[in-house]
Amino acid sequence: MAKIDSEVGGDVTFFHTSQLDQLINLARENSLWYLLFGLACCGIELIQTGGPRADLMRFGAIPRASPRQADFMIVAGTLTYKMAERAKLLYDQMSEPKYVISMGSCANCGGLFQLAYSVCKGVDKVVPVDVYVPGCPPRPEALTEGLIRLQDKVRNERWQDKRRAPVQGTGAA
Amino acid sequence: MEKLILRRVDRNNEEMILNFGPQHPSTHGVINFIVETDGEVLRKAVPDVGYLHRSIEKIGEVTGWHGFMPFTDRIDYVAAMFPNEGYATAVERLTGIEVPRRAQYLRAISCELARIASHLVSLGTMSMDIGAFTPMLHGIRERETINDLIEALCGARLTYNYHRIGGVAFDLPEGWKERTLAFLDHFDKFLVEFDRLISFNEIYVRRLANVAVITGKDAVDYGLVGPNLRGSGVDWDVRRDLPYGAYDDFEFAVPVGQGFKGTVGDCYDRYYCRCLEMGESSKIVRQALLQLPEGEIMAPKVARNLKVEAGEALSRVESARGEMAFYVVADGTNKAYRVRARTGSFTAMGIIESASPGLMIADLVALIASLDVVAPEIDR
Ligand code: SF4
Repeated sequence: MAKIDSEVGGDVTFFHTSQLDQLINLARENSLWYLLFGLACCGIELIQTGGPRADLMRFGAIPRASPRQADFMIVAGTLTYKMAERAKLLYDQMSEPKYVISMGSCANCGGLFQLAYSVCKGVDKVVPVDVYVPGCPPRPEALTEGLIRLQDKVRNERWQDKRRAPVQGTGAA
Repeated sequence: MEKLILRRVDRNNEEMILNFGPQHPSTHGVINFIVETDGEVLRKAVPDVGYLHRSIEKIGEVTGWHGFMPFTDRIDYVAAMFPNEGYATAVERLTGIEVPRRAQYLRAISCELARIASHLVSLGTMSMDIGAFTPMLHGIRERETINDLIEALCGARLTYNYHRIGGVAFDLPEGWKERTLAFLDHFDKFLVEFDRLISFNEIYVRRLANVAVITGKDAVDYGLVGPNLRGSGVDWDVRRDLPYGAYDDFEFAVPVGQGFKGTVGDCYDRYYCRCLEMGESSKIVRQALLQLPEGEIMAPKVARNLKVEAGEALSRVESARGEMAFYVVADGTNKAYRVRARTGSFTAMGIIESASPGLMIADLVALIASLDVVAPEIDR
């Protein structure tokens, strides 16, 4: 951005040279909206992260209740087999480009529930994951760090590469 | 099953079957409600549970007696102290381990702080479901302070794993007592502010008063517990009526619903009972901190590899969501033969089908929120 020289006065032109990609990514990385997908204990930490102290909104991340309005999904908590089907459905409903943050050991790998017969051992068995946040539950700071990593990722990719051909009518939901 | 299909039953009227959940911001976790409506009015709503069944009870048969403690946290993660205490108490009854007095006091202190934290989330999310976002943020702000206190006590913000069979894991850190007392002074003022902000708000009251009335008889018949039961005018609190731990040393009132703004047993009564309970919990913590006896925090000689004589035991504690019972069966080995948790949210699900006919869809949200259910407590 051209420096505004207050001495000069008169006409000051603002200009900014960049690549279109970077400009678009700048906009994208600062307005990543997330799908509220609190499944278990980690969901409470997710609420706290959106709360007054950690305040995820200052990074431009606003919780949305509908997958159609969301850019990324925070899978917070234990994914059971019964829920896994629904998680996939929700992921499919999100519009491209879309990302997934897996929050907590349970979503990463099944965590504490390795012995459980009803728990899906990791959300990456169902949907592709971009950022893994470890912890049981991760602190709000850790989740914030996860978001910053996701922003890094968004900044450094060509946004066109992320676009895929639309899936031809599966008739889901 | 036909329940997963969204369909119009008859084109001549407005009947339809909707799926409300499992991923919906006002179902408080992953619960599905199959809602039969006629236009805006409910025919009935049937809960479909099991989306968070993590087979915790089954895991209890593999982990050994001490090893199960972290899993109890996950049974009720909003107030994880209570399952800790319930399980520890059950095993202590089974083995005859005496808990030192100081440890019992520490348990009471930690539990009551957890109760406040849990009610803050419950009331906050309830007002958010009704459509007021600010009280939620106020609740979360206070909860952060409690989280800090509990973190100083046991190192965890959410899944505490603080109680042990035979006592508690850590003693109070230095300066904790003063910090907590200072917080309670602040918190008592906050309660008044919270009431002014939302509890006596005309719109809020009208949204909740006289909605989804549960009579005292129904509440008993369906096995409701805790604030849901007391909201319906039944005066029952395990802490007072079947005292366990240190509770017989404290003076506290048990708030009972009396139709604060409408009928006894409506959503507002359940809501306001929780508000009053937070004040009582704050009193208990204050008394416990001031009377805290010196001494050990752990019973001597609790074996690491605990072997328990064959037998069974039941413990009942008053959790934030009502009476929680743990039933443990031992078969003489170092592992439990059966661990069973009886939780309030599961029975609260039962009443939804009979309480919902005739409500508006928006009032169903108020009913669910006022029952304060937590998904893993239903499914475990
Ligand atoms: S990672 Fe831990 S805190 Fe998070 S959902 Fe799993 S058990 Fe709960």
